[in-house]
Amino acid sequence: MLTIATGNKAVADAVKAAKPGVIAAYPITPQTEIVEQIAEYVTAGDLESRYVPVESEHSAMAACIGASVAGVRTFTATSSHGLLYMHEMVHWAAGARLPIVMANVNRALGPGWNTWAEHTDAFSQRDTGWLQVFVGTVQEAYDATLMAFKIAEDERVLLPMMVNLDGFALSHITQSLDTVEIGDFLPPYHLPHAIDTENPCGYGPMTGPADYFRFRWDIERSMRDARGVIAEVEREFAERFGRSYGPTEDYRCEDADVIVVAMGTLGKEAEVAIDRLRDEGIKAGSMRLRWFRPFPDLDLAGRDVVVIDRDYSFGFGGVVAHAIRSKTGIEPYSVIAGLGGQEVTYNDIADFVRNRRPGTETWFGVSDHV
Amino acid sequence: MTNIVERSVTNLSAIPKEEYLYKCTSACAGCSSSLCLRYVLKAAGPDTVLVVPACCTSVIQGIYPGTAMNVPVYNVAFAAAAACASGMSEAFSAMGRETNVIAYAGDGGTVDIGIQALSGAFERGTNFLYICYDNEAYGNTGMQRSGSTPLGARTTTTPGGKPTAKKDLDRIIAAHNPPYMATACSAYPLDLYKKVKKALSIEGPKFIHILAPCPPGWRYPTEKTVEMGKLAVKTGTWILYEREFGKLSISGPSRAAMKRPAPLEDYIRGQGRFKNLDPATLDLMRQQVRQNIERIAREEEGVC
Amino acid sequence: MYEIRIHSRGGQGGVTAAKLLALAAFRDGKHATACPFYGAERRGAPVVSFVRIDDEPIKVYSQIHEPDLVIVLDTSIMDVVDVLDGLRADGEVLLNSAHPLPGCNGTCRYVDLTGIALAENLVIAGSPILNTPVLGALAKMGVVTLPSAEQAIREMFTDERNVKAARAAYEELKV
Ligand SMILES: Cc1ncc(C[n+]2csc(CCOP(=O)(O)OP(=O)(O)O)c2C)c(N)n1
Ligand code: SF4
Ligand SMILES: [Mg+2]
Repeated sequence: MLTIATGNKAVADAVKAAKPGVIAAYPITPQTEIVEQIAEYVTAGDLESRYVPVESEHSAMAACIGASVAGVRTFTATSSHGLLYMHEMVHWAAGARLPIVMANVNRALGPGWNTWAEHTDAFSQRDTGWLQVFVGTVQEAYDATLMAFKIAEDERVLLPMMVNLDGFALSHITQSLDTVEIGDFLPPYHLPHAIDTENPCGYGPMTGPADYFRFRWDIERSMRDARGVIAEVEREFAERFGRSYGPTEDYRCEDADVIVVAMGTLGKEAEVAIDRLRDEGIKAGSMRLRWFRPFPDLDLAGRDVVVIDRDYSFGFGGVVAHAIRSKTGIEPYSVIAGLGGQEVTYNDIADFVRNRRPGTETWFGVSDHV
Repeated sequence: MTNIVERSVTNLSAIPKEEYLYKCTSACAGCSSSLCLRYVLKAAGPDTVLVVPACCTSVIQGIYPGTAMNVPVYNVAFAAAAACASGMSEAFSAMGRETNVIAYAGDGGTVDIGIQALSGAFERGTNFLYICYDNEAYGNTGMQRSGSTPLGARTTTTPGGKPTAKKDLDRIIAAHNPPYMATACSAYPLDLYKKVKKALSIEGPKFIHILAPCPPGWRYPTEKTVEMGKLAVKTGTWILYEREFGKLSISGPSRAAMKRPAPLEDYIRGQGRFKNLDPATLDLMRQQVRQNIERIAREEEGVC
Repeated sequence: MYEIRIHSRGGQGGVTAAKLLALAAFRDGKHATACPFYGAERRGAPVVSFVRIDDEPIKVYSQIHEPDLVIVLDTSIMDVVDVLDGLRADGEVLLNSAHPLPGCNGTCRYVDLTGIALAENLVIAGSPILNTPVLGALAKMGVVTLPSAEQAIREMFTDERNVKAARAAYEELKV
């Protein structure tokens, strides 16, 4: 059905379609609408999930872990400090190979308190073993959430997955949304290691140095297999519902001399900048990085690359710039912009391209950087 | 026992004129918790640090680079107020300073996410004052349920009314046997002022639980904020008392109210959050109020 | 692309007005987005909402700095916020006011949305509802069509008085 919705509402609607058995979540700006909408669906009887109104995010993820291993589909949503507060259990969920799906509404970290978009929260979970996708439109928030259940629950993956959407910029914007009849797109939840009293096992007992690393390798093997599964699921989604996605969304890249790499809403805004630059005769293109874990292979050879990082790894550099440098060997022009919701327009992005100095880093709005 | 109370303060005009919370707060119109903060700081005076976890007060205090506060305010993560205050209190004591450390936290930051740190601090005997201002929901994020939301109240996460009762925070605190604990209500600022004064005169972990009606959350017109607090006390829904070294004494306004409580409906009627309450829930609420009154009256008499 | 900036105070319905407007434009067959900009303040503080309407899909997420139309739901905001900031040379202004205001001339229109809401008894918690009547005024200005405006209102609200209020604003606004 074609209608309009916010990014948060789109996530809640996808969850409604996926019908998790248990949802446990804790409110935090700018994610609250997801939780509130789900509570409303459950109260009205439109969604037959158990909603567990936990007392913290640590408990939200712990409750999802308990439910998931008991044998039902689970969902949670959080943001920023909420994600950080659940960090221990975020690691746990992946280590326990539980296909929990979580929406993370990207927001900056305190102090000072800031509720606006930034990607540091998600990137700080980089090494947990979660799959991570970043979306750029309301429709994509819906589609990616639906696909997340299918990807995560695939027996070749069995890893939790995080769907990231920019706080306010996407969580609160109203755009068109086409909701779908999912039919049998999502198979029934099946966890091979679900708790079964007929087959008693110990879950996560003491595991010594001779064995532990094998379990770690197993996570990585699934992460590698996930690339194929993601492609499969995205292809099936396109066939069924007519919307296709890939590891990146490329815009006017074919003949481009310079490519802007950005994530989330800035990746969309960049497309407008590209049109302006093309009008000026600058052969620019943009590549919106959708997948962060597993990190995709990117074809950027022979071009100038401008990376916009809405994050920073202190003492090192922009997280995406670093990933691109190490994956492609290209020295990008690294722009740190949009931290804590800092306003970045398509005009600014066009300026980044015009003024690019590959191999250097710039903090947008900071005049005394080196 | 360092129980020195300024008995001279018997009316509002005797409260110091100095302001530590200026009028330029970012609170909603009719916000009672910001009023409470004003009296808390008047009682505490300038040699005071506030430790504030994520809550409405994170916003009420003003937005960078401005501030509405004239004492240092240390903002800290949602779950961390009592633990952070513990460290601060130890540090001041190590430096030989007598600065008041006051954690000023919402009900969510106290009964839900913050309860572990709170319990730890009280068990350790931390020398500080922990104040929970209770607007009975997560105000900062737009009124979701908290463990302190009362039975039947509609919040954005309990659109059909909360199916479970309010967590009895005071009995949890009492189980830690603190030297001083009290309840207060925004509609009785003089009572609050005196309780803060007394609390700060005592060494060790002190606790004050303030009922702070909230117009957008409870859905009543802003000008009714004082009336709402008074009705909470008059109906016996909220009982004002203090417990010093285990000995409970009921405070003036509640003494009268507990003898002849006003009908619960008087309190509930004016609040949108209790709209369409079903009779069974209302009955249960009445029962809870009665049981609470009886329990506290018995404890004061020493028959518990 | 047609860009609209709505000024209101938190709780006055500016955010919903933006959503309604986007929905109406969407029902007209256009592409539309609505985005509120929330500050850190509580209820009652000035807020801005942005609406974009275009024939092509809209990819812009940043704020509107050069609006084609500025809507002011609460003219008391004009003492603290420069609502005309960045308004295009050929831009228009729509005020919720019973009278023209000094300093806002040219293509400045006004309509008494508060009066219309009160006449229809559209009041929640003591505040008149402005977000549905304003849609009628915008239909009169040709930003959206009246049928789409009415459809959008019916999709989001069940109370027919909202539609009546929008019609009243449509009638009252002089263009
Ligand atoms: C770890 C974490 N989770 C969630 C939040 C979001 N959050 C900020 S304040 C708040 C609610 C506070 O409620 P309460 O303690 O009752 O104070 P009030 O806002 O009502 O004053 C929430 C959920 C946060 N900042 N950090
Ligand atoms: S939501 Fe309630 S407690 Fe929070 S600032 Fe507003 S009135 Fe005060
Ligand atoms: Mg609260």
